[in-house]
Amino acid sequence: MKKLISRYFVPGKTFWVEEYQKDGGYEAARKVFETMTREAVIDEVKKSNLRGLGGAGFPCGMKWSFVPQTTGKPVYLAVNADEGEPGTFKDKYILHHAPHLLLEGILIAAFANNVHKAYVYIRGEYSAAAEILEKAVEEAREKGFLGKKVFGKDFDLEVVVHRGAGAYICGEETGLLESLEGKRAYPRLKPPFPAVVGLFGCPTVINNVETLSYLSFIINRGAEWYAGLGSPKNGGMRLLCVSGHVKNPGVYELPLGIPLRKVIYEHAGGMRGEYPLKAVVPGGLSASVLKADEIDVGMDFDQLRAIGSMAGSGGVMVLDESTCMVEALMVTMRFYAHESCGQCSPCREGTGWVDRILTRVVSGRGKQGDVDNLLDICSFMGGTTICALADGAAMPLRSYPTKFRQEFEDYIAKKRSNPELLSELFHGAETKRGGQKELTV
Amino acid sequence: MPKLTIDGIEVEVPAGTRIIEAAKKAGLDVPYYCYHPGLSVAGNCRMCLVEIEKMPKLQIACHMTAADGMVVKTQTEQVLKTRKHVLEFLLVNHPVDCPVCDQAGECWLQDYYMKHGLYTSRLQEDKVKKPKAVPLGPTVMLDAERCILCSRCIRFCDEVSKTSELGFINRGNHTEIAVAPGKELNNPYSGNTVDICPVGALTDRDFRFKIRVWYLKEADSVCNGCSRGCSIQAHYNLDRPHHAKGERIMRLKPRFNEKVNKWWMCDEGRYGYKYHDHNRIAQPVKRTEKKVSEVSWDSMLQEVARKILSSGQKTGIILSPQLSNEELYLARRLFCEELKLDKVFLLAPNPDGFQDDILIRADKNPNSKGAEFLGFGYNTEALEKFLDQCAQGGVEGLVVFGQNLSERLDGPKVQKALSKLAWTAFIGSNHNLMSESACYILPAATHFEKEGTFTNFEGIVQKFNKVLEPLDGARAEWEILASLAKALGIAMKAGSPEEIFLEMAGRLDPFRNQTYESSESEGSDIRSMAAPTIPSLQQYDNIL
Repeated sequence: MKKLISRYFVPGKTFWVEEYQKDGGYEAARKVFETMTREAVIDEVKKSNLRGLGGAGFPCGMKWSFVPQTTGKPVYLAVNADEGEPGTFKDKYILHHAPHLLLEGILIAAFANNVHKAYVYIRGEYSAAAEILEKAVEEAREKGFLGKKVFGKDFDLEVVVHRGAGAYICGEETGLLESLEGKRAYPRLKPPFPAVVGLFGCPTVINNVETLSYLSFIINRGAEWYAGLGSPKNGGMRLLCVSGHVKNPGVYELPLGIPLRKVIYEHAGGMRGEYPLKAVVPGGLSASVLKADEIDVGMDFDQLRAIGSMAGSGGVMVLDESTCMVEALMVTMRFYAHESCGQCSPCREGTGWVDRILTRVVSGRGKQGDVDNLLDICSFMGGTTICALADGAAMPLRSYPTKFRQEFEDYIAKKRSNPELLSELFHGAETKRGGQKELTV
Repeated sequence: MPKLTIDGIEVEVPAGTRIIEAAKKAGLDVPYYCYHPGLSVAGNCRMCLVEIEKMPKLQIACHMTAADGMVVKTQTEQVLKTRKHVLEFLLVNHPVDCPVCDQAGECWLQDYYMKHGLYTSRLQEDKVKKPKAVPLGPTVMLDAERCILCSRCIRFCDEVSKTSELGFINRGNHTEIAVAPGKELNNPYSGNTVDICPVGALTDRDFRFKIRVWYLKEADSVCNGCSRGCSIQAHYNLDRPHHAKGERIMRLKPRFNEKVNKWWMCDEGRYGYKYHDHNRIAQPVKRTEKKVSEVSWDSMLQEVARKILSSGQKTGIILSPQLSNEELYLARRLFCEELKLDKVFLLAPNPDGFQDDILIRADKNPNSKGAEFLGFGYNTEALEKFLDQCAQGGVEGLVVFGQNLSERLDGPKVQKALSKLAWTAFIGSNHNLMSESACYILPAATHFEKEGTFTNFEGIVQKFNKVLEPLDGARAEWEILASLAKALGIAMKAGSPEEIFLEMAGRLDPFRNQTYESSESEGSDIRSMAAPTIPSLQQYDNIL
């Protein structure tokens, strides 16, 4: 299988600038700066069918073409490295192993959008990654790839590494901008879209780490080649973060459109232990859950949307038959209740309410009608708020009880409960987290 | 100008108009909490979701701007259902403590529940606990549990008072409004946060628990606290004197006036109403060296008239910029034109104070401009000279309109001057040092007890209404001046402030072409303009 980004994923190793250059690093950026025009770069990215790999899947080239260049204001690039979607850990791999791959992508995106200042918003918990990237930025400056006169051309580019303070909502693109501006990360009303009015009121391009990291491959080997790797309208590859009850969890770089069955059984080594597959969350926690018989779907943005789920951030969480879907949903909804920014009433009150209902159910005090109530509450949470957090909460909240209705009804009717889980959530989480080591990559 | 259709009604609105305003223009009522026409759009309450053709999701009417050919629907099944459930979300953690909540009766949660809610609660969980009765500052009390986090108060402090005391803390349904540690909500406009709070989260520490709002009566007026002359509404209680120890004025609220104060008023004006019910002069009083006695208005006026006549040019008159245009005009007619007195002065009862570029003016009097239009200007030098004249025995009598001279002028000099006068008349509403020493004390009405017009510093003439009957024996100054003229044998047209105004407008240029029922003072009620329509009684019948 082809390896693009993932060929840098050598355990314990960071490709610093010398090694990265030996591998052909910064040649794509040099090509862009020395031989291409802005328009040509945008055109190339458009042709490559590169999609936004942060989760929304918006075509990258099209996003760039929306940025007005004649406002008299500077254009900013905000790099979303606030990888917060549960089940997702691909950006962390890129930042740890190939920081210069990202910086080269930033250079190409900056050239294409006439950007002279880029901000990398790194999730607060990724302190080691932030330090690596800061060092990489220094290296690139010394080499003349950043700073004044990039590649000797009349083009300046500064990269600022900004560490978040730890909130899921900071990964929402307009929440990220607010946070960068030093405010509470309350997502903004749209329109205007950030491409027009973004950071500090200026036109702003916001791209995910992974999206930018694919740019150098597109420039080096051509848009047609890249587009050909994936499925129709879904160019190239992406990093799938497979976790859960599989033999070999980890990051797998696979072409877009690959059947989910292949991801689980060929790449991740199939199911771990004796239990068969029960369900898969295909694109981060906010994606609708898929039942075991739905895994022949192709893992790209359009095919997953067609069956009511989403490709999202590429976090594939595999659950076997030992999983209780009621408790899984309860833990899921606890996350959204904790992370709702509190701005819009349906999300703020809805997530909290649902969390308390599910907590009651898992305490063995569920009542008949609870499932219908959950589904009804859910139908007014999605689509009624400023940002997509509530939509993200509504997806699991709708899909779990719909697809596993009988399990929910049984749990309530038999008054099952899981006091250990609750006690861990209420009291044990702090100590447990404190004792946990950071994931080594 | 874009033309759009809302619920089948075609409206044309200026470019950039929000759909919520366009709907108002079409006579439709789209409910909202966080939207306020005087603040930026937050779009967080989600009550105003409407359907717009060709848009996949419901859109908030407060944020979307009207576009040509847009088709908006505010009453579809989906809109009504979503509205109901957004309200349900807002009430999930609300304590529903209406019986002990000061906002009850003017609460948008109550009103909207009756109009858009009417569901049976299905909440079985505990509510989130938050701090209650937290003083945010000297004037505002917070109940965080009642708060729907609409951020109106935060935006007010950021955008209007520009003091930014308030902010959100915590996240999700633990979010609260709070002031920064060690700070308090104490700016010259903090009371407005209570006005714009649609629920019982922010209540007025001055008004809390004084009276239930449904016992209040209201009347439009104009603030007399400074030369801005904000349009206000006085809320008063006459039927339940056992509330608030018989005070009549319960609170003041700003009234929308595009040209003067928009939606706001300052705290100085808002809480400056206490004098209407405290320390009032009740009856005409005559003071001689031997005794102090209440007398009838008739004999009082006769005696003052006699004194003025006998003192002639040795009578001094000190007018006040607290008097209305009509009263100042009568004074001008009587003292200057008829009696041709040459010692007529203007003196502000209050010294100049704080001023900002929002509303508050340094001149703490409502009608200095009106006095100027009528030919009365401030002249401290002339007043000092007049005091010297008094001290030298050149003046016999003095009529003062409410000012405490020794406070406003050089105290010892005033005492010396007063001691040489044969008589002094004090026409005012409240006791002060001056009234304590005057020979004739004529109780005047406060400005809520009379009608008339003030001219603000920009020259805008605004009418204020009679809110209350004068307390006890007090009379409006225009009545006192008219009766005094009669007692002096001078015929003047002074049957009502309107009559006086019309004569003045016919004679004096600044007032020409002004009508008495001046449109400048017309504003809509600050609450009703933003408040929901309350269901008809019939609707309630169906519910009960």
